[in-house]
Amino acid sequence: MSWVYAIALVLLLAAGCFFILVGSLGLVKLSEFFKRLHAPTKASTLGVGCVLAASVGYHMLAGSDPQPRELLITAFLFITAPISAHLMAKAALSLHMAERPPQPADDEGSGEPRISGTQHE
Amino acid sequence: MHLVGLAMLLALYRLLKGPAVPDRILALDTLFVAAIAQLILFGMHLGTAVYFEAALVIAMLGFVGTVVLSKYVLRRDIVE
Repeated sequence: MSWVYAIALVLLLAAGCFFILVGSLGLVKLSEFFKRLHAPTKASTLGVGCVLAASVGYHMLAGSDPQPRELLITAFLFITAPISAHLMAKAALSLHMAERPPQPADDEGSGEPRISGTQHE
Repeated sequence: MHLVGLAMLLALYRLLKGPAVPDRILALDTLFVAAIAQLILFGMHLGTAVYFEAALVIAMLGFVGTVVLSKYVLRRDIVE
């Protein structure tokens, strides 16, 4: 019985650490901000969720702290993660619109190869 | 613990290098989340439940810090 319990806890810990590492790796490796915003949500929901479930199981097994208080952090993160992601997306969108106004019709032809090839040149 | 420490180092790299301000805010939020997991893992490693309160405080302060920084970027003002 205890073997099964320990193996389940180890699997939960491995899954949680894997998802947290994948979140940070995506934060470093992806190219744009709006792609980068998608990666750490895995770390904040699945990663911390699995680690906290393993912590609840461990403290229940050790008998030191039987009440599942760790689920409070999971509930708090599940509530607040979409709000903070939405606010960060709004902030990035306002900065993008401030620093990059809508382009005029004909530039000097430096960028945008697919438009300059099809239009009036 | 080592994997979460590596994740914290990656988030710190993005926090120091990030090309725009929202990248740094996002990296700081990821760093808070990884710090919560690291504190929970450290509490399991030592076998105590003391570090749970520290993780809860970091969760609340991390959410408030992210919201306040995003509001500052959005409106150039925190309290309107």
